[in-house]
Amino acid sequence: MTTGPDDPGRTGTSKDSSERTGAAQSSSEESGAALDEQRAAGGESPETGARPASMGGEVPVAATRTRSGMFGVRGTGDTSGFGGLRLPGYSPAPAERPYGGWFDEMADELAAAMDQNGIDRSAIEQVTVDRGEITFYVARERVAEIARTLRDDPGLRFEFCSSVSGVDYSAPDGAPVDTPLHVVYHLLSMTYRRRIRLEVSLDFDDPHVPSVVETYPTADWHERETWDMFGVVFDGHPALTRILMPDDWDGHPQRKSYPLGGIPVEYKGAEIPPPDERRAYS
Amino acid sequence: MSTPTDSGSTTDPYTVSPPPANERETTEGTVYTVTGGDWDTLIDSDHDDRIVINMGPQHPSTHGVLRLVLELEGETVTQGRPVIGYLHTGIEKNCEYRTWTQGVTFVTRADYLSPLFNESAFCLATEKLLETEVPRRAQLIRVLLMELNRVGSHLVALATGGMELGALTGMTSGFREREEVLHLLEHLTGLRMNHAFIRPGGLAQDLPADWAEKVTDFLKVMNTRLPDYDKLLTGQPIWRQRMEGVGYLPVDGCLALGATGPILRAAGLAWDQRKTEPYSCYEEFDFEVPTATEADCYARYRLRVAEIHESLKIVEQCVRKIEPGPVMVADPKIAWPAQLSVGSDGMGNTLEHVRKIMGQSMESLIHHFKLVTEGFHVPPGQAYVPVESPRGELGAHLVSDGGTRPVRVHMRDPSFVNLQTMPAMSEGGMVADVIAAVASIDPVMGGCDR
Repeated sequence: MTTGPDDPGRTGTSKDSSERTGAAQSSSEESGAALDEQRAAGGESPETGARPASMGGEVPVAATRTRSGMFGVRGTGDTSGFGGLRLPGYSPAPAERPYGGWFDEMADELAAAMDQNGIDRSAIEQVTVDRGEITFYVARERVAEIARTLRDDPGLRFEFCSSVSGVDYSAPDGAPVDTPLHVVYHLLSMTYRRRIRLEVSLDFDDPHVPSVVETYPTADWHERETWDMFGVVFDGHPALTRILMPDDWDGHPQRKSYPLGGIPVEYKGAEIPPPDERRAYS
Repeated sequence: MSTPTDSGSTTDPYTVSPPPANERETTEGTVYTVTGGDWDTLIDSDHDDRIVINMGPQHPSTHGVLRLVLELEGETVTQGRPVIGYLHTGIEKNCEYRTWTQGVTFVTRADYLSPLFNESAFCLATEKLLETEVPRRAQLIRVLLMELNRVGSHLVALATGGMELGALTGMTSGFREREEVLHLLEHLTGLRMNHAFIRPGGLAQDLPADWAEKVTDFLKVMNTRLPDYDKLLTGQPIWRQRMEGVGYLPVDGCLALGATGPILRAAGLAWDQRKTEPYSCYEEFDFEVPTATEADCYARYRLRVAEIHESLKIVEQCVRKIEPGPVMVADPKIAWPAQLSVGSDGMGNTLEHVRKIMGQSMESLIHHFKLVTEGFHVPPGQAYVPVESPRGELGAHLVSDGGTRPVRVHMRDPSFVNLQTMPAMSEGGMVADVIAAVASIDPVMGGCDR
């Protein structure tokens, strides 16, 4: 759905098609199209250009699962009337100006710096302020350039990358979720004592995102861990290999579709079955 | 050359030369398995000086199961790469299958030398999601416990660092003093390590009645023993020669590689979360942030000793500050509905409390049951809370979807990030300096691999 670079890195995730990734995959086409529409409507509205520092649309881009179904019985003998109802998942609401505190000043500065560096403002798809933390939902193609801008602009000076990690927002019941795989960057400006969060949302079909290692060398291991645990491919990473799991491990353990336990442990020349499948001594 | 001795039937083990190094061919070249005395057989034969060796994962000088792949040119390290993952236990994944309260028992096991910091970071992030304010007494007790834990953790850093550099008396003294810390923590929380004492909303229970005396006694002991470290190590010529100018990493390198804690402060940047982004009432305490500008192993060692002194100052202030009061939020939707006490059969609910719960009403019994088995609901959203652990910035990134279990628990562990500085610190130096550099990073593999 998004214009990801098709590169040889894709071979690393070719097994994704055979992997259980919940129902998200099956619905990705229709929801992807809807999301594109959403982004076009929200992200590139004329107001965005007119107002100096407004970024992001009115509709949350980082939607989790949508509301579906109606009251009624399906499959089970449930006669309570609530059997088929699926409530929507939580999706963080876009923040409205003023954001409060230093958030406005920083967002203005970021918008100006993006203009200066030729990054379209629609690259910031949504801004969320929640519990005293500001989150920028970023178009994935632009995340590396935005990170460089955030680090180098004298009014921003986010010289420190605290952490890069993944979050899998797949619904526990397998309900469809738009772009459930998120990559979260926590940046810190020691100069101004500010912390922000960047978030990129991806599909399991196309889990590619540009690497920020060139800007933040510390992201090297963080991105390797995110690849290892979530299967996110960071394009441009110098050596994207597994870091915590063994080199020849199958699957990405922190995806919600990967079970907890029940995985045999493989050693060289031996395989230890999971505890519930081992020989009983009774 | 194994030559039979004159008796013919027995061989003298001392005259038998060791078997040649076991070798096999791989795509990367010949791989030798060298064990002890047969090193000579390898370097005698026709080889260039470039050797790639594996240090670890079980080498005693690698701070646990850390593997260092070193490319050597003679005794000079031309390239070094840390390989981690040997202690990966899936703590983050496991937390997704437990309630928020149970999550504490998992994260406390990540960085096993600073369990109370893991718990604090996790609980502070949970409380940020819950938007609750923890009672003042609980916050101050957290500070007390964290600073005691910092003393213990730094003592282990000195002890293991000393052992790795051959200062074995430093090791025995360090572990002796750390034992004092563990005894005290056992008295205060019930466990020496992996306390799970700090809970979302406050603490598991109040401190024992005689806590202030015990802490004061501990301070007396530490204040008499700490000067010994200066006598034993700080001015010692061998110790200084092993560490001065070794493992250099200036402040720009620290920022690029994400190093925090003593590594960053030894490079001259006084960045300490307790001062820059205070949490748990740290802004009320009077303490200094020691810094140095040498950016080498010796500066990091001196900072750790200085930080122990500062931590003891904070502990002393805690003894004066902590006043009676609740140690758990009043909200019965969050507070664990138990008044634990030590009985004849171990720790459990007091009889009065059981009687009250059982006799009060059916609803409160149901409520108790649901809160313990199902856990409390946390409003949806995400939070990132950093705390200053002994090794640097320990961040907890928690995501909730409104349920009773976290969607995602990520611990940004300083060991994981700081270990990336090992190549920058040791490439171009001697093999022996790699050990000093890794010791000054003080990685704890439990936290690094989680």
